[in-house]
Amino acid sequence: MSIFDVELKELRERVLKLGIMVENAIRDSVKALIERDSELAREVIRKDHLVNAQDVAIDIECIRLLALRQPMGSDLRFITTTMKITTDLERMGDLAVNIAERALELNEEPQLKPFVNIPKMAELAQAMVKDTLDAFVAGCSRLPYEVIRKDDEVDDLTVKNFEELLGLMLQDPKIIPLAIKRTYIAKYLERIADHATNIAEMVIYMCKGKMIRHTTIEE
Amino acid sequence: MKQGSESIHKPFYLTRKKRFNLKQGFFLSLIRTFGFAGAIILFIILFFVAYNGISVLSWEFITQSPTEGMTKGGIFPVIVGTILLTVFCMAAVIPIGVTTAIFLSEYSKPGLLLNMVMMSIYTLSGVPSVVFGLFGLAVFVVAFQFGMSLLAGAFTLAIMVLPYIISTSEEAIKAVPYSFREASLACGATKWQTIRKVVLPTAMPGILTGAILGTAKVSGETAPIMFTAAAFFTPGVPKSLFEPIMALPYHIYVLATAGTHIEETRPIQYGTALTLILLVLGMNFLGIILRSRQRKKKTW
Amino acid sequence: MVENQHVFEIKDFNIYYRNFMAVKNINLNIEINKITAIIGPSGCGKSTLLRALNRMNDLIIYSRVEGQVLFQGVDIYDKETDVIELRRRVGMVFQKPNPFPSSVYENVAYGPRIRGIKKKSQLDEIVENALVRADLWKEVKDKLNESGMSLSGGQMQRLCIARSLAQGPEVLLFDEPTSALDPISTANIENLLQELKKTITIVIVTHNMQQAARISDYTAFMYLGELIEFGLTDNIFVNPQNKLTEEYITGRFG
Repeated sequence: MSIFDVELKELRERVLKLGIMVENAIRDSVKALIERDSELAREVIRKDHLVNAQDVAIDIECIRLLALRQPMGSDLRFITTTMKITTDLERMGDLAVNIAERALELNEEPQLKPFVNIPKMAELAQAMVKDTLDAFVAGCSRLPYEVIRKDDEVDDLTVKNFEELLGLMLQDPKIIPLAIKRTYIAKYLERIADHATNIAEMVIYMCKGKMIRHTTIEE
Repeated sequence: MKQGSESIHKPFYLTRKKRFNLKQGFFLSLIRTFGFAGAIILFIILFFVAYNGISVLSWEFITQSPTEGMTKGGIFPVIVGTILLTVFCMAAVIPIGVTTAIFLSEYSKPGLLLNMVMMSIYTLSGVPSVVFGLFGLAVFVVAFQFGMSLLAGAFTLAIMVLPYIISTSEEAIKAVPYSFREASLACGATKWQTIRKVVLPTAMPGILTGAILGTAKVSGETAPIMFTAAAFFTPGVPKSLFEPIMALPYHIYVLATAGTHIEETRPIQYGTALTLILLVLGMNFLGIILRSRQRKKKTW
Repeated sequence: MVENQHVFEIKDFNIYYRNFMAVKNINLNIEINKITAIIGPSGCGKSTLLRALNRMNDLIIYSRVEGQVLFQGVDIYDKETDVIELRRRVGMVFQKPNPFPSSVYENVAYGPRIRGIKKKSQLDEIVENALVRADLWKEVKDKLNESGMSLSGGQMQRLCIARSLAQGPEVLLFDEPTSALDPISTANIENLLQELKKTITIVIVTHNMQQAARISDYTAFMYLGELIEFGLTDNIFVNPQNKLTEEYITGRFG
């Protein structure tokens, strides 16, 4: 194992660490919402700076490896996709913070209606993040095509959630502020799912050397 | 270290070194002595000849013919004879020798033919000079009917010095770096063009040096010319190639053994020997200087 | 769509030294006005293959070939081939700069002279053009009569390039041309190659992968005498198809 191989291994571990931090943030922020645990929400918000620091550190290491090791072939694809993946992960961390902030606000008010769609979306989103990170670590033995498919489900749930809340809003305009916040949360989860899909597409590029971003799964 | 006890307390490795140095010194002196022996002998010879012969050296000696049964006069035709022999010998041997060298280094394929040729050349260089003399007599003087002549002598000498010319030329040609040949061929030159325009010009200084050293060898030979070219007396410069000529080494021999005034002509003998030595030494010197200058100039 | 012209088409080509098969089963096309690099570990046969393109491997006794090498559609190993003319049209520059021990002018004029060009004005023009194309004219125009060996390493190599260019070749073969030079001379020559490829087809053997990545349009990877992979340089270095190629370019060989 050369020095470079060791560095690549460490880089992979760092990305995994970042991914776990983000997974936890998503899980905790939704938990803070559903169980009305404001302390947990505040903790998610506090921990976000760690996520940002790790993102920056990984970027710096990637640039250093590009300059000093002149990577080729699969090493090159690995490092460049890592840079893009951590950007997506960091954004997912920010979205978890957004969910936590809305949770803090909603916890001050009585619950509007039982959370049905949001937990489902949260579960899907978390599964997508886990799957795509597993694929990243598994080194191309399993490709995360499933993740890309699941994104459609999340999109559908977003629409469903919005229509239900819209109905409630039309019935009782007084609840609009609360309802709007819940549509936001659904939106955040949908964007988390989109970022997970991006990561999956980058992992597929890293493995196969073909860009499939911005194309349909059939292509 | 205390003063009084120096000799006892000297560290042991110092005395070891002293013994070592003594042994080294002895062998070094021995080697130096033998090394100088060659130079010493040369100087002894030179001194001996010069001492005995310097009295006759003069401008007249070099420019006049011998007179009164060789007891007086100069050795002009003798010098001319040696020079002519050398010139014609070289004219004959250099083309053949260089061509053979080109064949051996550029065109020959490893195999039976090549081995035969090289063996022949090697053997030729070991043949005693008197055998060459007899050969020249049989072939050039009698069979070709040149008679005792400058031409027969020149050809005989040529055959004798041929191995030397071949070997020095071959060395010079082989010393040309392969990269030059490669570059020439890659430019689209034929093999012969490469030899003519790159290899030979580059090897020429080495070939010429070999030729000059070869002339030094040739001008001092006695046996080959004894049966083929040399005459006791010729009046001056020969008018044709088929006339016999006088030559320095032969002249010494003749005066010292066969002439009528052996004792009287002693000084002239030494004078002739001195001239010959100076000539040979001069050619050698010239060749060596040229070779070292050419080696310094080499830029590859 | 007009098909790109192939200057060389190498078909089922093998090279033997006595009974040893140095180069096996090569099928490769060299495209016009592009730089094609041949890379691979030491002893993989890349120099051997390169020298086959201008029949310089004929100089090695016991070497023989099988298969075809078509240059502009004509098999160069055919019995009727004029090897001298081939070497004029396909020039070669070697690893260690090897100018002749004569003047700069004579070095460059060598080629035209052996073709029979004698007129001084013609020779002057050819020499100047070649030196200009080799990016050396400005540096030597006042010392054309000085020895070619008095130049620096990088200049000597450009002199050798000019010497080949004076023959007006269509292809130039380079056998590790910068491995004996310092980084700045190397960069100069790499830039020169980029310029030359506009008018000449270039094939370069290099053991320096980064050099191949920097300057070539196509790259061929050879290993143990075989052509393992050939394609656009972009693809070879970003996404090679063959596992051996991937191992070589990521430095994980042997």
